[in-house]
Parts: sequence; structure tokens; C-alpha cells
Amino acid sequence: MELTGAEIVVRCLADEGVDFVFGYPGGAVLNIYDEIFKQDKFKHVLVRHEQAAVHAADGYARSTGRVGVALVTSGPGATNAVTGIATAYMDSIPMVILTGQAPVPAIGLDSFQEVDTVGITRPCVKHNFLVKDIADLAATIKKAFYIAASGRPGPVLVDIPKDVTIYKHAYEYPKEVSLRSYNPVTKGHPGQIKKAVQLLLSAKRPMIYAGGGVVLSDASKQLIEFVKLLGAPCTNTLMGLGAYPANDPQFLGMPGMHGTYEANMAMQHCDVLIGIGARFDDRVIGNPDHFFQDEKKIIHVDIDPASISKRVKVDVPIVGGVSDVLDEMIKILKASKERPDEKAMKSWWSQVELWRSRECLKFNNSSEIIKPQYVVQTLHQVTNGEAYVTSDVGQHQMWAAQYYGFNKPRHWINSGGLGTMGFGLPSAMGVQLAHPDAQVACITGEASIQMCIQELSTCKQYHMPVKIINLNNRYLGMVRQWQEFFYGNRYAESYMDALPDFVKLAEAYGHVGMKIEKPSDVEPALKEAFSPKLKERLVFMDFITDQTENVYPMVPNGKGLSEMILL
Amino acid sequence: MRHIISLLMENEAGALSRVAGLFSARGYNIESLTVAPTEDETLSRMTIVTRGSDDVIEQIIKQLNKLVDVVKVLDLNEGDHIERELMLVKVKAAGKDREEMKRMADIFRGRIIDVTDKTYTIELTGPGSKLDAFLEALDASVILETVRTGASGIGRGDRILRI
Ligand SMILES: Cc1cc2nc3c(=O)[nH]c(=O)nc-3n(C[C@H](O)[C@H](O)[C@H](O)COP(=O)(O)OP(=O)(O)OC[C@H]3O[C@@H](n4cnc5c(N)ncnc54)[C@H](O)[C@@H]3O)c2cc1C
Ligand SMILES: Cc1ncc(C[n+]2csc(CCOP(=O)(O)OP(=O)(O)O)c2C)c(N)n1
Ligand SMILES: [Mg+2]
Repeated sequence: MELTGAEIVVRCLADEGVDFVFGYPGGAVLNIYDEIFKQDKFKHVLVRHEQAAVHAADGYARSTGRVGVALVTSGPGATNAVTGIATAYMDSIPMVILTGQAPVPAIGLDSFQEVDTVGITRPCVKHNFLVKDIADLAATIKKAFYIAASGRPGPVLVDIPKDVTIYKHAYEYPKEVSLRSYNPVTKGHPGQIKKAVQLLLSAKRPMIYAGGGVVLSDASKQLIEFVKLLGAPCTNTLMGLGAYPANDPQFLGMPGMHGTYEANMAMQHCDVLIGIGARFDDRVIGNPDHFFQDEKKIIHVDIDPASISKRVKVDVPIVGGVSDVLDEMIKILKASKERPDEKAMKSWWSQVELWRSRECLKFNNSSEIIKPQYVVQTLHQVTNGEAYVTSDVGQHQMWAAQYYGFNKPRHWINSGGLGTMGFGLPSAMGVQLAHPDAQVACITGEASIQMCIQELSTCKQYHMPVKIINLNNRYLGMVRQWQEFFYGNRYAESYMDALPDFVKLAEAYGHVGMKIEKPSDVEPALKEAFSPKLKERLVFMDFITDQTENVYPMVPNGKGLSEMILL
Repeated sequence: MRHIISLLMENEAGALSRVAGLFSARGYNIESLTVAPTEDETLSRMTIVTRGSDDVIEQIIKQLNKLVDVVKVLDLNEGDHIERELMLVKVKAAGKDREEMKRMADIFRGRIIDVTDKTYTIELTGPGSKLDAFLEALDASVILETVRTGASGIGRGDRILRI
């Protein structure tokens, strides 16, 4: 039997086991929407802006490890989706984005709602396709899912001209695909792995630096075992938070620009550093020349060869998947009689503890004015540290990362690489749909939340009881902080006047709004929001916080890791 | 250092722009780029001449390998190789210049492939440096037009790039 292209698209998604598609209709995808109307295999979620469709699919993917799916129309639908696609690309999130396109004969004629979607998105997708022939449609969608989820994950876009959704063709969903030009390696080189273990065992000051790759490969368990076997300190990047439990004594917190004193000092002064699924980002390493002033050997495990020796020269490169490579390393460590030098480790740890005793995250709490850090700490208590927390971008994001204390992977959902304001609320929608019974909090700022505020309407339609924690400092706080530190207190365009009344706004969308102005009201408000009474409701908590608060520690741009500004 | 990178990629619409886009997005320099189908019609072969430090060249190779349409990449500079480029030059060839121009073409083993009473068009093949040398040997004022294909390269002996 022959199916139309639109039927094929919908069948492919069903056969791929997709349960949610986030999207927004328009002319070029009307045939696909008509087929969605007729099926019940997956649920379509109608967002209010295409950027949010992609962020929601992204939140779904980050919190489940499955491929997120978004569907948008041609032209403005596709261009609106670009920010979401670039966000997912920078953080290596597996996604498939389907876009409508002008009919094949109309392509190139400046037709209605025609843009060169493949051209526009080329630099921010793992791969993309334009399907000009219905005969290729099913196989292309299969390839898209395969490429998105394998190797270093990433978003893959499939652009489907409208006429392709009308033509008919026999349907068969390929069980497997293989591409001669794409063969990601997962097993690491055994010789290199042995060498790495040797180096780690001979280290006097070993340090483990684990990133988003550990989360992406679901290798948290292996990481914990590995860290325990070595007895070394461990840090997680912003993207890796939760990969190693924050409440474990071997955890030093996050490294980098807003990392802890102990993590940064240990990164700087270790003699052997192993990077595991972390990409030596400029926000983490600081000034690379300064980083190497203290000599160290570096081992780097990454599935993407291009991540290795990109910003930092590596001594022992290991191309492979985190989980495979850690399995091997654990095997070797267990079989080996050699153990880390006990005396050296003891003195390394006493150094680390000395750094830790600086208590760099201590802040001056107040009984007069709400400190944002206090809100995050209290959120941790109220949710037992078990909530899924999404965030936007700015100071509130850093405080969430520093003070929530993530003990499990896939619970911290934020835009690290692109730093996309507007990510928090829509990504929380994807998380909430994937985990309907879980507590989902979105920690945001009054500026970021306004970038996708329209999604409050989506939350109403689909009963998404997200708890929004708005750390309202009436400033583009992160911008203001840089202006205070580096621009002589000239607060150019970082103050936002005429903010909406968020309580009324939440209510206008049909939700519960709360305004919290006193520190003593923080805990009761959070408890109420997360109480059974409001379990089914979205609660928008507008916390009026200290406007002058800054994020510490801070490694100024271009400075070395050990040159932190501390409170 | 100057490197000649050869690659095989899927002969698909858009594959060329992926490579060109990669170079511009990451700020790698391209001295020349040539591309044409191979005896296997599903594959195109591209030759890119670029410059960069060893670290940059290593990144270029890795980034090229990462493109889903790219099947194989070879840095020809890693071993013995032959480089050839074709150039067509139209020069003034009137009066006393005419004989001199013919002599120059002969010295460089060029061929005159089009003749008018005022011009010659000379065809020249060789490594890029030879073509440069030819142009330098001419008086700039006699050159009317040049067109170069960019370098193609191939490994010597049994160094073979195929799938
Ligand atoms: C305002 C702001 C401030 C920031 N400050 C900080 C900061 O202080 N500290 C900080 O850490 N970050 C900070 N960031 C985030 C920073 O920009 C980077 O996004 C982040 O550091 C990158 O994390 P990562 O190295 O873990 O890499 P990711 O971006 O998570 O990349 C994962 C790496 O793992 C590899 N990988 C993927 N899958 C696998 C697999 N299966 N096996 C093996 N390898 C795999 C990938 O190839 C890649 O190299 C900040 C961001 C913002 C917006
Ligand atoms: C889309 C987008 N535009 C601009 C920026 C630059 N930027 C980073 S943080 C920030 C301020 C965010 O303000 P707010 O959401 O109130 O958070 P705060 O820092 O005050 O906690 C800005 C403008 C960005 N990251 N994303
Ligand atoms: Mg703010």
C-alpha cells in the first residue's frame, strides 16, 4: 500500500517510538498536521513560539536521554526555531527538527515563506537534509534519528517540501542504517587506556574533571566507581552537574569562571588531570597560558576527536565513549595491585581541604532583604534536592548551579554553551511532560523569563505544573555585575524599568502567582508552592531579591583559574 | 605551513557548502579549493590548499572528518605526493613581444592554445610554484588575464585515497 508523504512522516515518528512532538503549524506542514490529527501514537504539544518548541523538545531530551522532536513550518517557523537549534547544538543534545519547505518546483523562486533552511541552519546542526524525493523520506528520517543520538549527539534537521508530503510512495521504515561516511567510535584504544590508568596511579595530585559527556552517555555510575577507586577529588562542569553527587565529600563543586575556590585551585595545581566528556571550555580553563604555568599531564576522554587538543594540548588522548572507556579503566584498576601513593594522596587531600575551608560559597544572609542564594538553598531543602531544575541565563543560573546541589544526572537542565535567555520555561515544559509526577522548578530572572513568557499559555493548555522561581533583581544582573567590575559602574541598559506585575500576569494566564518580599516568607512560599494543594498548578513565585548581589567566586575574562575574585 | 588536503565526500547537493562553510565559520584559510566527481559517481574528490600551524591543520582534518558527508580525508603533506595545477594566461603578443612570449612559454613547457594577431593564450601545468614563477617572469604589463584551477594532488606510489 502506498502512503502520502505526510502519512509517512507520522508513521516514521510512531515507528521511532516518539511520544511527544513539540510544534506549531503553518502552510507548508498542513498535510503533516492533518495526519497528526488522525493518529493517536504520539501527542503533539502546541507551543506559542517555535523557539519554545525546540527548547521544550530539548528539555525532554536532556531529562530523558531520548531524542527530542520538534515540528515547525517553513520560512518564519524555521527561522524562529534557529535559536533553539543552536542551543541544542552547543550542548550536544540529540534532537530531530522537522521543517516544512516550499514545494520543490517553487524552491529558489523567492516563493511564499521560503527560506534556505538547510543553509541557515548548517552551522548549528550536527547534520541536515532536504528531502526532494518522497522515495528518500523514510530512510532520511531514520538517518536523522540515528545521527542525532549516536556518537557526539546533536540536533539534526529534516527539511520537507510541501509537495513531498502529498505524493505517494510505499512505506517501509528501515530497521537499521549504516553510513559509510559516519562511524562514531565508542571503544577507546586499549593501549591509551592502560597508559592513562598508569599515569593516574603514579600521580601525586590527581584531579578528575567530568563534563556533559558523562551525562550524555549515562555513565554516572561508572564515574562514581572510578572516582572512588582512585580516591581523587572530582569536579563537574556546568553541563556535568549531577553526574557526580554533590553531597559526596570527594566532590569539589563546579570549576571555571564561577566555579568554587577548591575546584579551581585543584584544577590549577594538580599534576595529572583527566578530562572525561568535558571540552576544556574557555569558561572552565580561563587563560590557557596561565593554566599551564603549573605543569601537569592531561588525559582526555572524548567521543569527538575534534574536542581533543582543541584549546588545550593533551598528553594522553582517548577517543571513545565515556561509559565504554570508564568500564575499561575500572576493570584495569580492579585487576591491578597498584594503588595510588597513599602518602601523596594524604597530603593532596589536606591541601584540598585547606582550599575548601575558605568556604567560598558562604554569603551574608540577611533578615531584611532576600538573598538569591538563600532562595536556591531553600528550594533544595523543600524539594529534598530531588527536583528537576531548569534555568535561564544570568546570575540566577550560576546561583542555581552553585547552591542547589545536584545529586543525580539529567536533573539540571540549562543552556551552557550558547547561554540562551528564554530557555528555562519551555525546557521545563519538556521535562514536566517527560516526568509528569516529578517536581520541576524553573529558576529564572525577570529579564530571561520575559523572553519566552508566552509559554505560560502552553503550560495552561497542557496542565504543566512547573514551579517558576523568579529571582527578580530588576536588573540584567549578570550584565550589571560585569559593568560594576569592569566598566566603572556604568550600568548601560542593564536596568529594566516598567516590569510587569508578575503575579497578575501569572493569574491572567490562569496560574497561581505569588510575590515574596521578605526573607522570612521564602520558605513558607516554597513549601506552599510544592504542597499537595498546588501539585496540579503552575506557580509563579516572584522573589524580590537583593539588587546588588554578585556571583562569587569569579575568574575575570582572560585571567587564570587561580586568580579568582572572592567575596 | 602550506598543506594540501584531499578528501572524498558523498556526491550530494550541499556537500561543497558544508566544507566551505566550515572553513569560513572556523576562520581557517583556503588558498584554493577544487572539486569534481570521481570514477565512482557517488563520490566527489576535493582538494583544499590551506595554511596553518600544526595544531590548526590537525583541527582542520578532525573537523573535516566530522562532517557527515565526508568519507575520507588525507593530508597529502604527510607523505610523498604530486601537485599539479592548470593555468591559462592570455598575454599581449604583438610585434617584438611575440617571439619573446613564445620562447618563455617553451622554457616553462607551456603550450600556446589560442592565437590572435595581438594575443597568445598559454596553457601551463605544474605545481603552483611553477605557475607563480612563470607569471613573475613575465612583465606584468603584458598579462591580460589569468585563470587557475587551484591545485590538485595525489599521493606517490601506493599511497592511494579511495574507499
Ligand atoms: C553565564 C554562563 C556562565 C558559565 N560559567 C561556567 C562556569 O563557571 N563553569 C563551567 O563549567 N561552565 C560554565 N558555563 C558553561 C560553559 O559555557 C560550557 O557550556 C561548559 O563549561 C561546557 O561543559 P562541558 O565541558 O562539560 O562540555 P559539553 O558542552 O557538555 O560537551 C560535552 C563533551 O563531551 C563529549 N561527549 C559527548 N558524548 C560523549 C560520550 N558518549 N562519550 C564521550 N564523550 C562525549 C562531547 O564531544 C563534548 O566534548 C557558563 C555558561 C554561561 C551561560
Ligand atoms: C538571548 C540572550 N540575549 C542576551 C544575553 C546576554 N545576557 C546574559 S545574562 C543577561 C541578563 C539576564 O538577566 P536576568 O534574566 O534578569 O538574570 P540575572 O542575571 O539578573 O539573574 C544577558 C542580557 C543572553 N545570554 N541571551
Ligand atoms: Mg535580573
